[in-house]
Amino acid sequence: MNEIYFNIDAGYLEGIVRGYRDGLITAPQYMNLTQCETMDDLKLQLATTDYASFLQNEPSPLATSTLSARCTEALVAEFQYMQQNAAEPISKFLDYITYGYMIDNVILLITGTLHERDTHDLLEKCHPLGFFDTMPALCVATTVQDLYSTVLVDSPLAGYFRECLSAEDLNELNIEIIRNTLYKAYLEDFYSYCQSLGEPTGSVMAELLRFEADRRTVNITINSFGTELSKDDRAKLYPRLGNMYPEAQTKLARVDDMDQVKSILEQYSEYKIMLAGVSMNASSSSSGGNSSGDLSLEDRFFAKEVQLNKESFEQQFHFGVFYSWLRLKEQEIRNIVWIAECISQQQKDKVNNYTAIY
Amino acid sequence: MGYLAYARTALNATAAALAIWAGLYLLLTGRGERFNVGGYLLRLSPYMWGLYGISLCIGLSVVGAAWGIFIAGSSILGGAVRTPRIATKNLISIIFCEVVAIYGVIMAIVFSAKIAAVNSDKGFSASDYYTGYSLFWGGLAVGLANLICGLAVGITGSNAAVADAHDQQLFVKILVIEIFGSVIGLFGLIVGLLVTGKAEDFTGVI
Repeated sequence: MNEIYFNIDAGYLEGIVRGYRDGLITAPQYMNLTQCETMDDLKLQLATTDYASFLQNEPSPLATSTLSARCTEALVAEFQYMQQNAAEPISKFLDYITYGYMIDNVILLITGTLHERDTHDLLEKCHPLGFFDTMPALCVATTVQDLYSTVLVDSPLAGYFRECLSAEDLNELNIEIIRNTLYKAYLEDFYSYCQSLGEPTGSVMAELLRFEADRRTVNITINSFGTELSKDDRAKLYPRLGNMYPEAQTKLARVDDMDQVKSILEQYSEYKIMLAGVSMNASSSSSGGNSSGDLSLEDRFFAKEVQLNKESFEQQFHFGVFYSWLRLKEQEIRNIVWIAECISQQQKDKVNNYTAIY
Repeated sequence: MGYLAYARTALNATAAALAIWAGLYLLLTGRGERFNVGGYLLRLSPYMWGLYGISLCIGLSVVGAAWGIFIAGSSILGGAVRTPRIATKNLISIIFCEVVAIYGVIMAIVFSAKIAAVNSDKGFSASDYYTGYSLFWGGLAVGLANLICGLAVGITGSNAAVADAHDQQLFVKILVIEIFGSVIGLFGLIVGLLVTGKAEDFTGVI
């Protein structure tokens, strides 16, 4: 029955977002981008894409950071157009998507304040999608209690903070713990909201969010090796959803090295295919830092994410396309920035390590 | 939303209370046999039946057509922002939905041709009752078939618009499916014609 009512509020926006999807860079365009010799060539090639109007007024020696900023601007402009045209169920869904960026911004500001960086520099680095009114005030906070009672209580994130109010002081480890606790609460809340939206949206988003939860679980596990985080605390950071919840999560909470992680992941058919040939010894944070052909775990996760997000476009009349489009567009910006970095640093042999979308 | 739900509950409760009161009133005052649904239906005038049929036929058809046009139309609108070429091509989905309303109009005209004034003093004949019933159920069949047909064509039309915006080759393929959907309305039309085929015009007892 959903098809009958869906277009009342979302028909126009779904058409728009599918149009945006058609604007994503395709394989032949990536071929052209990778064959560029200079940044000016790259800029010329990008002039045939949706980024043209955001790049045309940039002065000629184009820095990678500027390119990245302009591409993000393009993404934000498209997203905000949708937000402005959204009616009730979608507008809330789109807001939920931005909460993830808000969490990142909050953590960025707290970390920056801890290291006594300049507030204005920090605010410029924040992701524009995660901007909220009281955000600049975050820089004055020194304890979690302050943070919550002065700033965050009015933001949409207030509900997610309930679990980390016990953290005493702000140090590196605690900030990571806060980030992961927040993200966990956010994912669980988003998941239950999507389920409340009814069938096609619920099942499509469940697939995507379960994957996201699994990825976070694995990343938390890998990043906690060699830190003072106890195994019980580690288990508390895992989102309580996903394909690996609860069975594999209890196992992952006990492991000590990468080989054990790999053997647990291989019990899941979809991850087994994904992991084939991946070098687990390479640190997962250096994305694509290895020689070409030998991709890191993080790149494999990105490739899997792209595949899942492409699949959500196969079905009509659900909200998952909005989320998927944003994820694909982000991946595309990462690709462009990667290619630009390779070109500007004369590392052309690694230029093909991007994750192709179409 | 909350107020609407409260209002609906209150309305339902009032209606139920009134019905129970009326039923108990008739029963307890010894006139329970007057609460007789079958008798009521038999006493209805055949004009009532026939004209209800005609209005259901046109009304439901138009609802189906309008709903389909809006489902297909809003997707065409969104898709045409990036690929304006789909707008003219996908007007065919709108036309398919519109055809559903035209079926309803045609059938309403055919049905209303059988309605005529009865001048006889002795009232309605058995043939008049048959005409009334067949117009009612024929009209209901046509209306429901067209309602469902309009929804089906609208949803497929929305699919066609979105798919066409992504890949031009898909348009013709989805159009074929859409044509199959629009045939459902034609089935209703045929059944409606057959059901009322043997009905004579109103004449009264001669």
